[in-house]
Amino acid sequence: MTRHVSLKSAINEALDQEMARDPKLLIFGQDTAGGVDAGGETDTWGGVLGVTRGLYTRYGDRVIDAPPTEMAYVGAAVGAALSGFPVVAEVPFIDFMGVCFDQLLNQAAKMRYMFGGTAEIPLVVRTMVGAGINGAAQHSQMLTAMFTHIPGLKVVCPSTPHDAKGLMIEAIRDRGPVIFCEPKYLYETTGPVAEAPYAIPFGQAHLAREGHDVSIVTYGPMVPRALEAATQLAETGIEADVIDLRTLSPLDIATVLKSVQKTGRLVAADEAHPRCNMATDIVAQVTRQCFTSLKAAPQMVSAPHTPVPFSPVLEKAYIPGAEQIMAAVTRIMA
Amino acid sequence: MQHTGKTDISHDILLSAYRRMKTIRTFENRLHEDFKAGIVPGFTHLYAGQESVAVGICSHLTDQDQIASTHRGHGHCIAKGVDVMAMMKEIHGRQGGICKGKGGSMHIADLSKGMLGANGILGAGAPLACGAALADRLEGKGHVAVVFGGDGGVNEGAVLESMNLASVWKLPLMFVVENNGYAQSTPQHRTTSVSSYEDRARGFGMPAVTVDGLDFFAVYRAAGELIARMRAGGGPVLLECRTVRFYGHFEGDTQRYRPAGDVKNAWEERDCLRRFAQTSGLSPAELEAVDRDVEQLVNASVQEALKAPHPALNELHDGVYVSY
Ligand SMILES: Cc1ncc(C[n+]2csc(CCOP(=O)(O)OP(=O)(O)O)c2C)c(N)n1
Ligand SMILES: [Mg+2]
Repeated sequence: MTRHVSLKSAINEALDQEMARDPKLLIFGQDTAGGVDAGGETDTWGGVLGVTRGLYTRYGDRVIDAPPTEMAYVGAAVGAALSGFPVVAEVPFIDFMGVCFDQLLNQAAKMRYMFGGTAEIPLVVRTMVGAGINGAAQHSQMLTAMFTHIPGLKVVCPSTPHDAKGLMIEAIRDRGPVIFCEPKYLYETTGPVAEAPYAIPFGQAHLAREGHDVSIVTYGPMVPRALEAATQLAETGIEADVIDLRTLSPLDIATVLKSVQKTGRLVAADEAHPRCNMATDIVAQVTRQCFTSLKAAPQMVSAPHTPVPFSPVLEKAYIPGAEQIMAAVTRIMA
Repeated sequence: MQHTGKTDISHDILLSAYRRMKTIRTFENRLHEDFKAGIVPGFTHLYAGQESVAVGICSHLTDQDQIASTHRGHGHCIAKGVDVMAMMKEIHGRQGGICKGKGGSMHIADLSKGMLGANGILGAGAPLACGAALADRLEGKGHVAVVFGGDGGVNEGAVLESMNLASVWKLPLMFVVENNGYAQSTPQHRTTSVSSYEDRARGFGMPAVTVDGLDFFAVYRAAGELIARMRAGGGPVLLECRTVRFYGHFEGDTQRYRPAGDVKNAWEERDCLRRFAQTSGLSPAELEAVDRDVEQLVNASVQEALKAPHPALNELHDGVYVSY
C-alpha cells in the first residue's frame, strides 16, 4: 500500500522497519528518545526535530540516548558496528561534525582498507543539512562535499520521502559507513511512500523530469527548486532534464553523461559553498568525459562563499533558488 | 562553604545587580511572548530562571575580563553589560544589531565588553576561553576569563581537554557549570557520570565550589573569592551553580518530559529574583523604580528592533576574509 507521508516520517518508518527486522540494530543520538528517566513523559523528543519519536517506545534500550559528546558516542558507534552491532547514530546538525570528525575521517572511513579488507562497519550517521530555517552560521551548512572527498565513506542525500525511506533502508543494510544527510528544510514535504520495506540501491541517480534542451543536475534541497525552475522554463519553451543524484558517493555519473549527450548543456547546482562542491565535481567530470557533446560552457549554481547569515533577508539571498537556476539556464541557452 | 542571606555588599552593587537580573528576566519573558506571536525568527534558548548565576559572577568582572558563553547566552550578555537595544535588534536580525544581524541569538557577541560570543556548538567556548586566559596571564594585569557551560554541554571532550590544559598552563580561567538539571530533554544524571561537578574539577587538580545558584548572594560571594584567587595567580577554578530553567530548552519545547508541576514549582518556589528581592534589603520603592525602567527599556528595544531596516543585501559578503 502507498500513502502520502512526510520525508521525516518516511525516515522514521525506515528506521522502524529495520529495527524490527534486525534485532541487533541500535540507534544512538541525543534525545533520540528524549525524556527517558526525566520524571515526566518518555519519548517526547525523537531528536531535535522529532524524526525518531516513537522508536524508544517500540524498541526500548536499543534506542540509546547519549550525552552531548559526539566524539565519544559516534566513535562508540564505529566500534560497536565493527564488533557486530549495526548502528544508526545521529549527529543532529552536520555543523557539529567537527566535534567527532576524527572518528569518521580517520577511523570509520579507513579501517576496512587499512586492515586489508577484513573490517565491516555497518554504520549510518544521520545528520541534518542545509539552510532555510534561520538556524544561522552553525546550524545551516551544506557540508556534503567534505564527506564525498573521503575514500571509505558513502554519502547520501535524498530529496523525496520515497527516496528517503528506500535509501535509509539501503544505508542500514550496507556493510560500510554511510553519512546520511537529511535536508531539514524538506522534512515536512509529503509524497507517496510504499508501506512495505524497500531498498534503493546506491549509485543510481533519478531522472526527476525529462526534457531535451538542458540537463539540470543537483540533489537534496535543490531538487524541488530545480523542478520549479524547469516548470517555469517549460512555459518559455525550454525543456529540462532534472537529475536528482540521490547518492553523492557512489556517484551515478553515467546517468548525467547520458543526459548531457542528449541535451548538450549542463547546469549543475549545489546549495553548498561554490568551491570544491558537487557542482564543480559534476562539471569537471562531464567536461572531461563528454567535452565534444557540450554546446556551451557548463554553468554552476551555488551559495556564495560566506557563512550562512542569520538575518532572514540575507539568508534568503544566500540560498540559491529556482531563480538562480533559471538565470543559469538562460545564460547557457543564449 | 556557607553563603546565604544578606551580606556586606554595597547598595550600588545590589541595585545594579537587581537591574541586570530584572533586565534579563524581562527581556526573556518578552522574547517568549514575541516568539509565540511569530515575530522572532530562528530558534532562541531563554535564560530566565538562571539570572543570579550570570549576574552574581559578572558583577566581579570588568570589560577587560572575558567570558565565553553558550547557546543560552542572552543572560551572560546582559550581565556583562552588552547593550540591550543592540541585542534585541540582533535577535530580530536587523541593522543596528550588535553583530549587524549576521549572528542572531546563538552568536550574539560584543568583544568590546569582553563577551566572546554565545555559541551554537556545545563546549566550543572552553578552548577559546583558555586562549583568552593565556593572554590574560601573559599580559600580567590580573585579568581573568570565565567560561559558562550547562550540565550537559560540559561533558564535551573540548571542555574536559580545556580543564586539563587550564590546569597544566595555570590559566586564570573559571569554569562555570550552570546545572539546571536538563540537557534538552535529558536529565543531568543521564548525561554526567558524577552528581557533583566538583568531582570533575578535582580530577583535573582544580579547586571547586558548589553553590545554590538561585541565591544571588551565594553565587556572588563564591565567585568573588574564586576570581580573587585567579587574579592573584592561583590558576583555574570551577564553580557549579545549581539552578533552574523556567522555559523549554528552546522556544516551542513543550517540556512534557519534566515531572508534573515542576515548571510551575520553579516559577512559584524557585525564583532567584523573588529571593533576591526578599533578602537584598533594597526597598520596595527602589525595586519598583528599577522594574519600571527595565520594562520601558525592553519595550523600547522591541519597538526599535521592529522598526529597524533589514541588513542591505550587499552586506552578505562583508566580514569574511575571502568571498565570492
Ligand atoms: C556539539 C553540539 N552538540 C549538540 C548540540 C545540540 N544542543 C544544543 S543545547 C543542548 C543541550 C545543552 O544542555 P546543557 O549543556 O545542560 O545547557 P542548557 O541548555 O541546559 O542551558 C544540545 C544537546 C549542540 N548545539 N552542539
Ligand atoms: Mg542544562
